[in-house]
Formats: sequence, structure tokens, C-alpha cells
Amino acid sequence: MNIFYHIGRYTQMLGQMFSRPEKFSVYWSRLMDEIVQLGIKSIGIVVLMSAFMGMVIVIQTATAIDSPLIPAYTVGFTTKQSILLEFSPTIISLILAGKVGSNIASELGSMRVTEQIDALEIMGVNSRNFLITPKILGAVIIFPLVIVFSMAFAFIGGWFACVSTDLVTVDKYLYGIEIFHDNDFMYLSYALSKTAVFAFIMTSISSYQGYYVKGGSLEVGKASTRAVVYSSVLILLFNYLITQLVLI
Amino acid sequence: MIEVKNIDKSFGDVQILHDVSFNFEEGKTNLIIGQSGSGKSVLTKCIVGLHEPDNGQILYHGRNLPTMKKREKKEIRKEIGMLFQGGALFDSLTVEENVMFPLTMFTKMSKKEMKARAKFCLDRVDILDKNKLYPAEISGGMQKRVAIARAIVMKPKYLFCDEPNSGLDPKTSILIDSLISELTEEYKMTTVVITHDMNSVLEIGDNIMFIYKGRNHWTGDKNSILTTDNKEVTDFVYCSKFMKMYREKIV
Repeated sequence: MNIFYHIGRYTQMLGQMFSRPEKFSVYWSRLMDEIVQLGIKSIGIVVLMSAFMGMVIVIQTATAIDSPLIPAYTVGFTTKQSILLEFSPTIISLILAGKVGSNIASELGSMRVTEQIDALEIMGVNSRNFLITPKILGAVIIFPLVIVFSMAFAFIGGWFACVSTDLVTVDKYLYGIEIFHDNDFMYLSYALSKTAVFAFIMTSISSYQGYYVKGGSLEVGKASTRAVVYSSVLILLFNYLITQLVLI
Repeated sequence: MIEVKNIDKSFGDVQILHDVSFNFEEGKTNLIIGQSGSGKSVLTKCIVGLHEPDNGQILYHGRNLPTMKKREKKEIRKEIGMLFQGGALFDSLTVEENVMFPLTMFTKMSKKEMKARAKFCLDRVDILDKNKLYPAEISGGMQKRVAIARAIVMKPKYLFCDEPNSGLDPKTSILIDSLISELTEEYKMTTVVITHDMNSVLEIGDNIMFIYKGRNHWTGDKNSILTTDNKEVTDFVYCSKFMKMYREKIV
């Protein structure tokens, strides 16, 4: 019963979000702010994690492939496939769910308990439309771009691992990455599309958790935790569903 | 003028408001007083439309809020200014931006005109020199004043103040009360103040409703409240040592 109540209220929230904005110019500037806050300001951590991820994938793949029958460029090829299909879109999205999800839930939760949301409503502003829509749209627009950055820096990380160890030569690694697979474009669009879906999930779930907080700062903290946990679980679930739907 | 007629409101099985009726008069400071948990805030939230009453009418100059269409409600809300207990200023905006916010959302004024209007309102509440600061950088009393400036920036017909004195020292409380009273007369607003502060009652109570256990238990003004023989009202008014001494003196 409880879950149906939440699904109903979540759906209602999404429905009320997409109404005509009171003033387009204000919403446009809110959207730009959210793109910067959620996306651009996450690039630092994404770049750092992706680079290290790339290094580790190269070392693990190179040490795992022990057979002389398997060519060395396989390390580059495997790294590309792993990063493109799973590591960048899914793992980075999970990391962003932690960073962005808790940020959104605590921001909206604090606004709720300090009556700032009530103040917006009394002024006649559709608070869901004003506060939540720019966050969701901003994330859906910017996160695929952030993931492209992640992919690029993971490849650079892999290159660094090749340079700093003698497990595989840089030429072989780059050759492995450059091998064109018929499905590469499809894989890229699959990765970016699922990132957009994950962006929607993490921002809408976190907004829901923050927007409907009742009580004080303790509840805001709990809402932030719930936002991260539910977003992560749903990202994993949808990752499986989308993968099964697209790749099989 | 706001007329509240036969309002009932429940949350689940708990009935908070029972058949509450009252007229909030124009150009006067109307007070809703009562003990904590008596239903003051729920009644106010019903009046401003944050809660939907189960029964009854809320008439803003004859226009019934609960039966209004969404667009009409939106229009009414542009005529309402509200001062929240904690100020409810937007943390991410400066004092000036907070005051300009309703203008940015609902008017076609140029930025220069908006700034001039915000400046006027901030000057009116005597806090113009803090316009570039963020809410976290100013005191509670100053935040209340900024919230008043934001509430009056659209020249509202109705002003609601939820416990405007909570957390303030007596001197600042009196300043805030005087400001609300002066602005009410200046803008000919229908002002509704929720309070349980007896100083406010005696300072600005032009028209008072005493809520007890969710019912309109007594109505009067700042003079009649001191002489009423209603037991619940006298218990509320004369609960402090100072008021008890005052009563002994006048008796």
C-alpha cells in the first residue's frame, strides 16, 4: 500500500512539474544554473575517477590475459568496450547519484523545512515546476556530455598505465582502441541514452525525497540517504532492463 | 476583507478545526491567538490555500478560495504577502534579490525599476544598508524585516504574519509589531497576525480571535481582552507573573 502511495505521489509530482513556466527567462537562467551546478561542477570528480578507472582496467586486463595466442592490442579493445558500455555510463552515474542525489534532496529538504517552498507556493509560483524541472532537464542535458568526458579521461588513464608499466605498449593499446567495430556507434548512443535515463532517475527520485520532507534537519538527512539508496538501486535495475532490451 | 465561514479541517481521524467563522477586517491588524496546538497555523494555512478545508468558505472580498479554479487561485496569491515564522528567505539570493523575487516572477518591470522598488521597500523597513548580504549573514530580526519587505513589494491587499516575534528580543518584537501595524494602515491591507505573544496582542490587536481546541472561542480587541470574564481567555492572558500583578492592580 505504502509503495503505491509513493508511486502515485511521485507520478503526480512529475505531472505538476511540466506546466507552463511563469516567466521563461527566469526558468532559462535556472536551467543554466542547474547545468553548471549539477554537471560542470561534477566534471572534476568524474575526470579523476575515470582516469584511475582507465588505469586499473588496463592493468587488470593485461595481467589477466596471459596467453601468447591472444594479441596484445586486445587490452586496448577490451578497455574500450568496458569503458564505453559499462564503466563510464553506469559506474559514473552511480557516483553522480551519490553526489548529485544527496545534494538535491538536502537542498529541497532544507527549503521545505524552512518554509521556502511554502513561500513560493503562496507567491503563486508552481514550486515543482520552478525547483525540480530545471534540475531534471539540466541533468538529462549535461550528464551525457559529462560521460563523454569520463570516457575520454578513462582512455587517457589507460594510456598512462601503458606508459608507466611495460604490460602493453602504447601503440598496441591505441591500436586496440582504434579498431572499429560495426556496433561502436550503436554502443555509444546506447551508453549516452542510458546515461540520460539514469540522470532522470537520480534527479527525479532525489527531488521527490527532498520535496516531500516533513519535520526537521534529521528528516532532511534521512531523505538524502534514501535519495542516494533508491536512485542507485533503480539505476542498477534500469541498467539491466535497458541492456537486455537494447543489446540482446 | 476576508470572511471565514464554518471551516472544518481534519488530518486523518483528528479534527483540528471545528466550524470556525470570523471576519478579518480591511485596514486593521487582525490577530489569531491561542495556545500552541490550538489550530492557529492550520487555520492560516487554510486561509492562504496551503491546506484545503474539509468544509466551509474562505471569501476574499466575496471570492471563495476553496472553489476557485487554479488560475483564479494564482491571481489571488499575487495579492497575498506572507511573513513566515522563520522568515523563509531564499538562502541562495541576496537580501535585495529576495525582495525583487516576486517582481521578477510576476511583473514586466525593468531591472532598474525592480531595484528601485526593492530599495524603497528595504528603506521602509530600515534595512537598506544590508541589501548585498545573504540571509545567513544577517540577524533574525533583520531577516524578519527583509521578509516584511518581500511581503509588501507587490503592494498586497492581504498580509499574513505567522508568529512574527518568535525568537526576537522584546525591543525588536515591538519594532516589528509597529512596522506591521504602520504598513497595514499605509497600504490599507487586511493583515492577519498569528501570535501567542501578549505584548503583540496589547500593541496591535485591533480585531482578535481566540482559538481554543480548534474553535473560535472568543472575539474582541486589545481593550476588551483585558476585561473579559471568559475563563480560557483570562487563563491565556494572565498566565505570566507580570500580567497577574497587573490584574491584581486593576482589580
